[in-house]
Amino acid sequence: MEYLFYSLAAVALISGALVVFQTHPLRSALWLIVNFFAVAGLYLLAHAEFIAAIQIIVYAGAIMVLFLFVIMLLNLRQPEEELARPRLGLKIAGITVAVLSAVLIGMGLAKVVLKPVTELPVGLGNTESVARLLFTDYLLPFEVTSVLLLVAIVGSVVLAKAKLR
Amino acid sequence: MPAFNQLHTYLYLAVILFCLGLYGVLSRRNLIAVLISVELMLNAASLNFMAFNRFLAPHPAVGQIVALFIMAVAAAEAAIALSIIVALYRKLKSINIEQANELRG
Repeated sequence: MEYLFYSLAAVALISGALVVFQTHPLRSALWLIVNFFAVAGLYLLAHAEFIAAIQIIVYAGAIMVLFLFVIMLLNLRQPEEELARPRLGLKIAGITVAVLSAVLIGMGLAKVVLKPVTELPVGLGNTESVARLLFTDYLLPFEVTSVLLLVAIVGSVVLAKAKLR
Repeated sequence: MPAFNQLHTYLYLAVILFCLGLYGVLSRRNLIAVLISVELMLNAASLNFMAFNRFLAPHPAVGQIVALFIMAVAAAEAAIALSIIVALYRKLKSINIEQANELRG
């Protein structure tokens, strides 16, 4: 259990770093899929079986396939350009902001004292409790999400259409 | 309590993932790479919700519902942003973020 957690965390961190340090977006996308699988494993360890499955099916399956389709559709020659003229200032600014915010949030977290529950509630994270909550207390946000997805479908079709008459 | 089974371990992991994504958003110049970094940040956020649900647990599934909504919003965001990128590529023949400066005035 312990080794599983640490190896999954290491895979998540290393693949996350590779996502941002690769120059070609295709490689970034593939490493992001590895990262999603590692995080799904962490969800499993945190007793969230349903979300782990959804993470793999929806995120790694659907959303990343969309990314890969667009990357291959555009057939980019961008990476050479990005390698040839590295913007050092941009990288320094990015590293500074990222490290500073990591240190600040980490210091804040170290001060927070949270009392974890000692015993797990019944039915923690199983599909039945997720569904029960989703269709009772969170019914309105759930329906609003479906409208949001409809808007996204229509919007992306309109935006990507070659010519609007 | 072993370190791997604590809330703070999950939170630190999520902080590092989030800041990696932040670095990607700030320093990459390829629009798709920026979008991929945003997905990494959203992923870190839902890892946080999952950890809070597991360790503070106000209800067996509240955090997981939020993670589910994050996934739906991420899907909508990815679809819209990718079609914007396709439209931009048609116009500029490039998805370098520095070429897209038509609103500069």
